[in-house]
Amino acid sequence: MRNAALAIGGQSLRMLELLGGLSQLTYQTFSCAFRPPYNLRTLIQQVDHIGVKSITIGGVAAIFTGLVLALQTAYGLGRFGAKAYVGLIVSLSMVRELGPVLTALLVGGRVSSGITAELGSMKVTEQIDAMRAMGANPIKKLVVPRVLSAMLVLPLLTVMADVLGILGGMVISRHEFQVDYRLYYNTVTRNLTLADIVSGLGKTVIFGLIIAIVGCYKGLETVGGTEGLGKATTAAVVTSAIIVIISDFFLTKFFWWLEGW
Amino acid sequence: MSDAVIEFRQIHKSFNRTPVLAEMDLVIRPAETVTIIGGSGMGKSVMLKLIVGLMKPEAGQVLIEGEDIVPLTEDRLVRVRKKIGMVFQGSALFDSLSVGENIAYPLREHTSMSEQEIRERVRETLSLVGLEGIEDKDPAELSGGMRKRVALARAIALVPRIILYDEPTTGLDPTNTEKINELIVDMDEKLGVTSVVVTHDMRSAFKISDRIALLYQGKIAFAGTPKEIESSDLPLVRQFIAGTMA
Repeated sequence: MRNAALAIGGQSLRMLELLGGLSQLTYQTFSCAFRPPYNLRTLIQQVDHIGVKSITIGGVAAIFTGLVLALQTAYGLGRFGAKAYVGLIVSLSMVRELGPVLTALLVGGRVSSGITAELGSMKVTEQIDAMRAMGANPIKKLVVPRVLSAMLVLPLLTVMADVLGILGGMVISRHEFQVDYRLYYNTVTRNLTLADIVSGLGKTVIFGLIIAIVGCYKGLETVGGTEGLGKATTAAVVTSAIIVIISDFFLTKFFWWLEGW
Repeated sequence: MSDAVIEFRQIHKSFNRTPVLAEMDLVIRPAETVTIIGGSGMGKSVMLKLIVGLMKPEAGQVLIEGEDIVPLTEDRLVRVRKKIGMVFQGSALFDSLSVGENIAYPLREHTSMSEQEIRERVRETLSLVGLEGIEDKDPAELSGGMRKRVALARAIALVPRIILYDEPTTGLDPTNTEKINELIVDMDEKLGVTSVVVTHDMRSAFKISDRIALLYQGKIAFAGTPKEIESSDLPLVRQFIAGTMA
């Protein structure tokens, strides 16, 4: 009993420490993000690194999610003779939920582990200390460009994922269930509202922040050489995925509240 | 008012409740080269990190040119750090930047020099460490000795008044060790800087130092010129020189 209480207590303390550390890093990041000098070159490099190089993984996942979603939805709707509405269900699911969350999980895994590995190896080889010793601010130099670019590119990748997923659903609907392209297109465009799109994309800005902050925090906190680096990288992927999934619920509730539900 | 460039006053520093430095005092005067020796884990590198503000003590003062840097925030420490160049144990060159960009880093950060002036300064500092023409190489292409020399070139790019060396000869072959020792002496002569060197290498310590300080159980147990160290009867000092100290 005592051991269980100690384990729970220890776990709770680590959780609080993590949340405190993430909050502090977020505060420090935004405190220096809008202070000159601005390093546009690094920001563009990170947009390429985080965004452009994630197009394939995000695109493939979105197309196949759209295909599967259309198959499963049409199967369900077929029981009520409502296969014609498959476009509506696929588009709403993609735009409001699957596009943002799948993109955040897949791209997040790649991005947060990459950031942790990069900053963690800089930490264990004293490059971060060297940067501080030269009077440079590692948060401004390393964290700010990664966080801003993740917040910028995740919505863009999600737009791409939404479009590809809906198009994937369209192909399956036409060839498997004989739903006409025009009918599919009309059900999508007539029913999808701006609020649906905004609530989906709004979440991805926060997901981008979570992914990059977790990656940077785990990297900057790396201790214990190469073994510690491996552990930090794994922890970054798991932590960012869990925080994305938990925050998705609260963000969905928030956007429902904004929409007046 | 003391004429010390660096002064430690009653420093306490511990890790995981284990004290590493306890009531430690040391005064380093202008243009002298002081080597700190001591066993592994005694807190020698910690002393360097305290000087540059990378770590803060739990108690005591670290004075750089008379100013206590312990209460300074990261933003305010920048002014102090511009006076100091540091050569890290593993060189700590930025992997993602070329040799030239590594050396240009502090210049871009703290000066408004033009690209032409920066290139010229990079060439000049590389020449000071005897490595002309390697600006475009990646740090990964360099040997350990060359990396140390590039790290020194980066440390002197801003013409600091203090240079800190953390184990500058560790892991180097005798030829490279000799080159680094000569460079440290050269820097002192050419730039007139105050140098603090942390090392295990007693041969290097005798060669480069004006004074040698022995750190033991959190305090400076002995500080004196190489001659004084050699002629000291203190068992601790004798043990360390003979290489038998744990």
